[in-house]
Amino acid sequence: MQPTNIKNPEYFHKVVDCQYACPAHTPVPEYIRLIAAEKYTEAYMINWESNVFPGVLGRTCDRPCEPACRRGRIEAEPVAICRLKRVAADHKADVKKHMPSAPFPSNGKKVALIGGGPASLTVARDLAPLGYEIHLFDEQVSGGGMMRSQIPSFRLPEEVLSEEVNFILDMGIHSHFKTYVKSLREILDKKYDAVFVGTGAPRGKDLPDLPGRWDAKSNIHIGIEWLASVAFEHIHSIGKKVIVVGGGNTAMDCCRTSRRLGGVEVKVVVRSPFAEMKASPWEKEDAMHEDIPILDCHVPKTFVVEDGKLKGMTFEKVHAVKDENGKRSLVSTGEPDVFIEADDVLLAIGQENTFPWIERDLGLEFNKWELPSVDPVTFQSTIPSVFFGGDSAFGPKNIITAVAHGHQAAVSIDLYCQGKNLNERLHPMVNLVSQKMGIHEWAYDSKIVDDLRYVVPQAEKAITLKDRKKEVELGFDVQTAFKEAQRCLNCDVQTVFTESRCIECDACVDICPTSCISFVPNEEEDALRLHLNAPAKNKNQDLYVSDALPTTRVMVKDEDVCLHCGLCAERCPTSAWDMQKYLYQVTKAGSCSHIR
Amino acid sequence: MTYQRPSFRHPELPLNELGYRKKDYEGSLSTLCAGCGHDSISAALIQACFELNIEPHKLAKLSGIGCSSKTPTYFLGNSHGFNSVHGRMPSVATGANLANRDLMYLGVSGDGDTASIGMGQFVHLIRRNLNITYIVMNNGCYGLTKGQDSATADKGSKSKAGSVNPFQNIDLAGLAIELGAGFVARSFSGDKLQLIPLIKAALAHPGFAFIDVISPCVTFNNNVGSTKSYDYVRHHIDATATFDFVPLAKEITTHYSAGSTQEVKMHDGSYLKFNKLQKDWDPTKKETAVHAMHKANEAGEILTGLIYINEDSKDLHQILNTNSRPLNQLTETDLCPGIHKLEEINKSLC
Ligand SMILES: Cc1cc2nc3c(=O)[nH]c(=O)nc-3n(C[C@H](O)[C@H](O)[C@H](O)COP(=O)(O)OP(=O)(O)OC[C@H]3O[C@@H](n4cnc5c(N)ncnc54)[C@H](O)[C@@H]3O)c2cc1C
Ligand SMILES: Cc1ncc(C[n+]2csc(CCOP(=O)(O)OP(=O)(O)O)c2C)c(N)n1
Ligand code: SF4
Ligand code: SF4
Ligand code: SF4
Ligand SMILES: [Mg+2]
Repeated sequence: MQPTNIKNPEYFHKVVDCQYACPAHTPVPEYIRLIAAEKYTEAYMINWESNVFPGVLGRTCDRPCEPACRRGRIEAEPVAICRLKRVAADHKADVKKHMPSAPFPSNGKKVALIGGGPASLTVARDLAPLGYEIHLFDEQVSGGGMMRSQIPSFRLPEEVLSEEVNFILDMGIHSHFKTYVKSLREILDKKYDAVFVGTGAPRGKDLPDLPGRWDAKSNIHIGIEWLASVAFEHIHSIGKKVIVVGGGNTAMDCCRTSRRLGGVEVKVVVRSPFAEMKASPWEKEDAMHEDIPILDCHVPKTFVVEDGKLKGMTFEKVHAVKDENGKRSLVSTGEPDVFIEADDVLLAIGQENTFPWIERDLGLEFNKWELPSVDPVTFQSTIPSVFFGGDSAFGPKNIITAVAHGHQAAVSIDLYCQGKNLNERLHPMVNLVSQKMGIHEWAYDSKIVDDLRYVVPQAEKAITLKDRKKEVELGFDVQTAFKEAQRCLNCDVQTVFTESRCIECDACVDICPTSCISFVPNEEEDALRLHLNAPAKNKNQDLYVSDALPTTRVMVKDEDVCLHCGLCAERCPTSAWDMQKYLYQVTKAGSCSHIR
Repeated sequence: MTYQRPSFRHPELPLNELGYRKKDYEGSLSTLCAGCGHDSISAALIQACFELNIEPHKLAKLSGIGCSSKTPTYFLGNSHGFNSVHGRMPSVATGANLANRDLMYLGVSGDGDTASIGMGQFVHLIRRNLNITYIVMNNGCYGLTKGQDSATADKGSKSKAGSVNPFQNIDLAGLAIELGAGFVARSFSGDKLQLIPLIKAALAHPGFAFIDVISPCVTFNNNVGSTKSYDYVRHHIDATATFDFVPLAKEITTHYSAGSTQEVKMHDGSYLKFNKLQKDWDPTKKETAVHAMHKANEAGEILTGLIYINEDSKDLHQILNTNSRPLNQLTETDLCPGIHKLEEINKSLC
């Protein structure tokens, strides 16, 4: 193999598994260390810089970082990255003084944001400090988008959301709430310098052709519309027996909300097998904990309506079968259909994009799924001044993805307004600093603890089921947060190898607890992976290969299960290994960093 | 400074036939200098015992004094151990072995511990052919007392302070052959491919098995001009052969080109396979072994690998015809069979 080019910013970035997996590339280990050091405000600001909504995300994020966490490859469970973020938010002091504060000197440009969800709010936060005049339009009464209308208060208290939304709105954003934008043409006619569309994926899917669907309309609800009505206090109750159809996060929020509005026998009924459901494992656990059974492999067949009144639904029982190509399909088991009683049914079977307010003669192209044609890097549409991001760009995803889109769209809008090339984007800001303090002293806490993942305590079910707004999770206390933070392996503290110093004494090979380091004859990658001290089977993880050493061998380090314990560097007599902290920050609009 | 090794290991590492992990053969974290050759020898011992499926409680480590003699703390933490007095490990080992012949004995010593203060005990251990694997971690100096020249330092070798050693060196491997040792090898801490099979073969050998392992003292004897530095040893190494140890009833996995491979059958039925690199050398013929060593010495090279082997050697218990049951298992009734037995013996004498 060729020697690894560690000057490529992406090489060490990839070693920080959590940060790499985070769509906004939040510097996770950096903030976890700050939490361990009780520096909650600093930890919060690191998050705020990257993901804009630390308090919200610390409670609701889909956490793509956790399945990626290195700790999950050496023991059962990853670090509780997400819930540690909440600790920073819960215990922060005054953070506002660290944020850019309005008024900002104007740069003479005006930008319209359609929709007030996380994508638009991120664009607003990134552009306002640069002097843009921002106009935000949303049909709801206040900002936050689906974070407000969909995510129930028992998961995300209203105060937490409002605080973080207001941090942004307070930057001199001109907000136009209760304003539904019914025409893009009208907006374009107003001569904004750029327009950002962050309208989400607002339409819930229906089962329009299922027999009985239209015979008892008042007791059959579209999940996301129903959740919004609950959030905005138009709906206060539901029948005792409830069927929630679907298996994603909307279904989980619908069933748990039903339990709080009077539902006693609430059941989730889903087509796919339990393990394949879209909801995250922890969401399923939380639902089952609230006495909500999940019936899998049941395909809806009819709504049963008697005398204009909903009685329940029938389902066909299926099981998953794989054909010879490995394609799985659901096939009837042949058992009789199952009837389940219900006073109300909530349909939570997916969301779609819809843009009734965008005229199709403006030159804005749509693809065959009725999604706008959007550049995946610049987020520009086929009208150069119009940008998309969040769920409106590529279909429903999650908050952190919407934020990541917002950052990139803001970079594009800033470049566009300056007449620059949108594809000439700045590289990330990186910094690599030795952690050496003495012969065997490191500036980071290199000890590896054996503690298993700590569980976040929850409020009593008897209390939470009575009050829709009572938050279920209590969050880690600071002592537990410290212990959980210590589980982090500091993957951003990189093992950096300097071959000119190596005397090939083998000390690093001998000490490495997880057999990461080998000195072997060079070969092609596939062969090399098999000829190391431990096989390097995880191809998602790179091999760090040196140039040829005096014995003609090369040093090969498999990054896969390195504990970042620093022992190789402690045992190296010549400091050929050093532990160096790598900070990687995605460049934001105007390449301004709010953290100095 | 880290005092504890993390407990996590690579999840893909195999178990051995006893169901143990390699971790079960480790000891506590080394306190030797970073880069000390001795630590690599410890690692080779761990690997060899893991691969040989040795039950840790069936092995005893014995050592004297020195950095080298400290290493038994850093490997085989689940085995027996005795850290004795400077140069006196052989007598403790002899006592232990006579009391319990069922254990495997691993002696760990330094060049100071063996070739200076312990020389008297060393030669008698060979003379008695105690069943022990005796490893000298040879760095040409007294590492623990800050690097004074030892008796194995080569004539002309330069110390870190710049003084040149005026004395002849003692070649422990040559001495061992001369004294009739049945297994003599030399190796280098930086060459585990060679060292591990040699350790395995030495452990399988029934009698005194000696390995002189050159092991650079990175702190006091790794300077330019030293003949025991990493650089010097790497540049002057010359091996008798490449080796592969094939345990009893195991398939041979290494591929050999036809004709070039030889093997020595070990006493317990395992094999030491080797690919000869030296002409006119046969490890079972003492004269050729001694000749190969002299030749290498003259050429200024360090001959490594197995040098001499005699699988017919008889160990101390065989020589003394001792009881096959270990002494420490003989009870009072075994040892004092009573008046009837005495009468029987007396009768047989009339
Ligand atoms: C029930 C449910 C639970 C969820 N739970 C989570 C979770 O726990 N974690 C997570 O990460 N994600 C979750 N999501 C997904 C997440 O809410 C969305 O991915 C995210 O909010 C998308 O952000 P956005 O900025 O693209 O748009 P949205 O948040 O959808 O905001 C769009 C806003 O635009 C407004 N709007 C739309 N059209 C117009 C118009 N023409 N004029 C004016 N205003 C308009 C809408 O009223 C809305 O306020 C959940 C989604 C649902 C439905
Ligand atoms: C009876 C006695 N004499 C002298 C010493 C001092 N002493 C300690 S270690 C040592 C030499 C050790 O050299 P070596 O065996 O080569 O070990 P190394 O440290 O080089 O591995 C000496 C002379 C001692 N401990 N005990
Ligand atoms: S930091 Fe060094 S010693 Fe520790 S696991 Fe990684 S490679 Fe091994
Ligand atoms: S410990 Fe240092 S000098 Fe020794 S082999 Fe490893 S990197 Fe090279
Ligand atoms: S002094 Fe020399 S022999 Fe002793 S531990 Fe240090 S390097 Fe090893
Ligand atoms: Mg010595």
